[in-house]
Amino acid sequence: MALIDAFALQLLQMLLVLVLAPGLIGLVRKVKARLLRRRGPSIAQPYRDLARLLRKEVVLANNASWLFRVSPYLIFAATWVAAALVPTFATGLLFGWSGDLIAIIALLASARFFLALAGMDVGTGFGGIGSSREVMIASLAEPAMLMIVFSLALIAGSTALSTIAEFMAAPGVGLRVSLGLALIALVIVALAENARMPVDNPATHLELTMVHEAMILEYSGRHLALIELAAALKLLLYISLIACLFVPAGLATSTGDAAALLVALYAYLIKLAVGGALLGVFEVSIAKMRVFRVPEFLGAALMLGLLATLLRFVSASF
Amino acid sequence: MFVLIELACVAGFLAVSVAAVALVRWRAATAIVYGVCLSVSTVAFAAALFDLLAQAPVSALVLPLGLPWIGMHFRIDALAAFFLVVVNLGGALASLYALGYGRHEAAPHRVLPFYPAFLAGMNLVVVADDAFAFLLCWELMSLASWALVMSHHREADNARAGYIYLVMASFGTLMLLLAFGLLAGPDGAYGFAAMRSASHPPAMAALVLALALLGAGSKAGLVPLHVWLPLAHPAAPSHVSGLMSGIMTKVAVYAFVRIVFDLLDAPSWWSSMIVLAIAAATAFIGVLYALMQHDLKRLLAYHTVENIGIIFIGLGLALGFRANGMAGAAALALTAALFHVFNHSLFKSLLFFGSGAVLTATGERDMEKLGGLIHRMPLASFAFLVGCVAISALPPLNGFVSEWLTFQAILLSPVLPQWGLKILIPATGAVLALSAALAAACFVKAFGVTFLGRPRSPSVGEAKETDRWSLAAMFALAALCFLVGILPGFVIDALASVTQGLVGGRMPLQAGTAWFAIVPVSESRSSYDGLLVFAFIAFASLLTATAIHRLASRALRPGPAWDCGFPDANPITQYTATSFAQPIRRVFGTVVFRARERVVMAASSDLGPSSLTVTLQDLIWDYLYAPIARAVGGAADRLNILQFLTIRRYLSVVFVLLVTLLLVIAIWL
Amino acid sequence: MANLDFDVSHLLAGGLVVVSFMLLYQDRLYALLNVYALHAVTLALAVAWQAYIQDAPHLYVTATIALGFKAIIIPVALHRIIERLGIHREIETVVGIGLTMLVGIGLVALSMVVMLRITGGAAPIAREDLAFALAVVLLGLLVMVTRRNAVGQVVGFMSLENGLVLAATGAKGMPLVVEISVAFSILIAFIVIGIFLFRIRERFDTVDIMALDQFRGERR
Repeated sequence: MALIDAFALQLLQMLLVLVLAPGLIGLVRKVKARLLRRRGPSIAQPYRDLARLLRKEVVLANNASWLFRVSPYLIFAATWVAAALVPTFATGLLFGWSGDLIAIIALLASARFFLALAGMDVGTGFGGIGSSREVMIASLAEPAMLMIVFSLALIAGSTALSTIAEFMAAPGVGLRVSLGLALIALVIVALAENARMPVDNPATHLELTMVHEAMILEYSGRHLALIELAAALKLLLYISLIACLFVPAGLATSTGDAAALLVALYAYLIKLAVGGALLGVFEVSIAKMRVFRVPEFLGAALMLGLLATLLRFVSASF
Repeated sequence: MFVLIELACVAGFLAVSVAAVALVRWRAATAIVYGVCLSVSTVAFAAALFDLLAQAPVSALVLPLGLPWIGMHFRIDALAAFFLVVVNLGGALASLYALGYGRHEAAPHRVLPFYPAFLAGMNLVVVADDAFAFLLCWELMSLASWALVMSHHREADNARAGYIYLVMASFGTLMLLLAFGLLAGPDGAYGFAAMRSASHPPAMAALVLALALLGAGSKAGLVPLHVWLPLAHPAAPSHVSGLMSGIMTKVAVYAFVRIVFDLLDAPSWWSSMIVLAIAAATAFIGVLYALMQHDLKRLLAYHTVENIGIIFIGLGLALGFRANGMAGAAALALTAALFHVFNHSLFKSLLFFGSGAVLTATGERDMEKLGGLIHRMPLASFAFLVGCVAISALPPLNGFVSEWLTFQAILLSPVLPQWGLKILIPATGAVLALSAALAAACFVKAFGVTFLGRPRSPSVGEAKETDRWSLAAMFALAALCFLVGILPGFVIDALASVTQGLVGGRMPLQAGTAWFAIVPVSESRSSYDGLLVFAFIAFASLLTATAIHRLASRALRPGPAWDCGFPDANPITQYTATSFAQPIRRVFGTVVFRARERVVMAASSDLGPSSLTVTLQDLIWDYLYAPIARAVGGAADRLNILQFLTIRRYLSVVFVLLVTLLLVIAIWL
Repeated sequence: MANLDFDVSHLLAGGLVVVSFMLLYQDRLYALLNVYALHAVTLALAVAWQAYIQDAPHLYVTATIALGFKAIIIPVALHRIIERLGIHREIETVVGIGLTMLVGIGLVALSMVVMLRITGGAAPIAREDLAFALAVVLLGLLVMVTRRNAVGQVVGFMSLENGLVLAATGAKGMPLVVEISVAFSILIAFIVIGIFLFRIRERFDTVDIMALDQFRGERR
């Protein structure tokens, strides 16, 4: 019985992240529009966009290879599996032990690897720009993320996300310097990885300013729908990660009763909405950096992560 | 008993090598030589694998060859068995590959006799049990590989590559000779058994470690002794390049592990700091060099340098844990390093075989002239893609498992009491993470520029798919990368006897875990399940594909690529390898290579082109090797006078030396 | 409860180190002044918290001085100076920003090692605050060393002094008179530097240190 419950919970988590991701994107766009004194599209618009794209035919470049056609499915699958492993409203997921935080980051790296390859596939200048800038950003964002993981793992004594989340939810953690540094670094890395301002503009189509959009320029139809959904899932993953690590209030364990789970679900929806709104406010208030300022920005995140890890090595009370 | 099997296989290799000299005129010589090598390697591999998995007791043998009062000792323990598995698996698959690749060899008489000798040399180094046998076989391995590097000696740069390789190999052997001399002590006890049981004062142990690091490190490719590697590895034929990069560097790692972990007693903690610092620098500099290359084989060779850095990071951590008496953590770090040894031998060989396939098909090694090969060589490109994904440490393939284990070892190290280690290990972790991310960038570039996009030169147009033998070897390696990635517990358990012998601890038994997961320390701390991750990804992608194709649309319309309204069929407009690396060159290269870009714009009235020049400086060569070479050259020029003295002058030299010797005797006695 | 005191003072000291890193990161002069104001505000909060947990009311005065002078008056004054002098508003650094931050991390590690080794017997809260304070001092020195612009060097000097104040308040029992005298001497130094900047600018039309080097007395 417990196994069926756990399985149902894991399944619910997987479907929940899939269903909520476009809504999160819609919320962010709505907040940004309102702050710019526009009415903006409705929050359900991304769902309509996805449905429309899925029904359209794919226009494939003449010299695209099989890799171009297979990549969207691989990217989507890797991102979905990673998002399904992050505790959103309940820890101790049935398959949560199969991938710890390092494995989740590596799954996102696989998705990015195939996206960069797909950008190189058609052989135009746009894809090359996107892929080369993306790997430059990734070469600094990924080590920063790993340093954050190290500092969290050293505080909680484990790299398994469920264990870290339960440790953070327990009352004895206190305000530690390493956690503060890790939070700042995680926010910077989340902005870079999700192609948000100030690193990349998600609404642009000018070569000078594109990174993510340049890599997916050739995609259309159902392929584009999958890649857009994967990007939305990635944003949801990062916001859920920040929420479960730094705002763990209301997180239920998987063995809790139905009432606790409902409360946890409600708390998660609130956290997601607040996170999306904060992201919208932040994006509107800052301008995009020029491309070669981004390595310094991410270098700062790497240094903060390294400092947080160093402090944990040096003294257990940090 | 296993020693006998192994030595019989070596005898087989040497016999084939000698026979090849005679047989080389025949047309079937290539097939015969490589076929025999394949079978002998497979036998040796099977024997070594059985030895390792059955945890057989140590088998030893003394042959009455070589020096009369020493003989030659041979011994196979768990460490030797593991490295024999690595060497012979690589040798077998390289021979399989060469059955197809060797047909395109223009000078078989320069390759066929030396290839089996190379395999023999590598096998013998791993089983040698006394200093004389070890050094003799080490030199055999070096010389055979040097002959293979020089096989295409008329091509530009190959002669220089061979020369530098010879100089560095001699340097390495000299360092190892000194190390063994110190270990043997004044009694001259050259057998490893005697060295193991002798106790060494800490100062001498430190010196031996430094010499072993220099000697083995120069063969493995530690910075700054790596300069020969990117010149020599690409110069050899592709199956030999795969062996040199994937296997010979591992034999050098074996030499280091044998000397430092087995023959020396427990090290002091600061030796771990030295190894970690050098290893971190190697990993970072190696991958940056690789990113700047546009020659495919040179890129792979520089990338080997990075992976050797990763292996030595694991070894350095194991040294640190061992010095502090933490056997379990040392076992984890050592397992991570040895797992990476196995993984790297698999995917680096695969990548070199792929580059050999590209070279055979197009005649080009330069990525700037390739492109779009995925359409002409679909199977070879798929195998190469698997190699790229594996080497970038992406789940669910094998590269991720060894990196994950290394990170878990780093996470165990805050309990180390020494301050130097407390500061150095997080920095090493950051450098390791940085190198891993840059490696993924490097292989996006390598695969993307070579196989994807549009052809950049006509040589791509006639490319054909590779032959069956080469494809068989590449797919075998790709399958192994996949299997080891989803079932890593078996490899970890196989390595348990190795770590037990070297550091006195082992990782927990992985055989009983649920769903073939691996648990490095304890279930609550961390776990990873490659099989489940792969199953989830496969299931999710298949489910999505089926659902979309059934419920939504599956229509597809071909059309031209997006061109902004300016139709331009010229493939020059796509990104090249140099342009792909430009952002990273600007971020990291300005310091590490003094990379500068100079743009000269043609005047508006001028019809000539504008130019962009990128200059990179190899700072290690300019500041370390070039001054030494100049000094040696200068000294040689001065001493050259001795060739041209008159008879009277020669007699006076003899007279002065004789008088000096007599004075020394008079004063000292 | 003791845990909360520890954690918050730690957090504020660590926050000061983070703001020092932000000083290293800036490449525009007005942004540098704003970050320096943030530096002073964080210092004021840290000192006020120390006053609360050590029960030392004179430290509240120190915090108010930090807030008034360093967070408000000095940045505004520097802002005016920059406008009047018309200084080039982009900061040129001697080495790249990335390399500077890397050296900064090395300095923080160094100060950790030094402070935690030599203060063996003291209370943990004081030891670690001292380590952070030394880090802030070293980072302030790094800012002074790597900026070509005179105003950037002044800001580095001020942040160095903030680090000294943090160190002094962390170790219990700094008398108020010391703080006031230190603050006044900094103020005097600052006024003198301001006057000199004006004279230099009048005379040579630039405050770039490299350019000014040509006008030194003896040539080597």
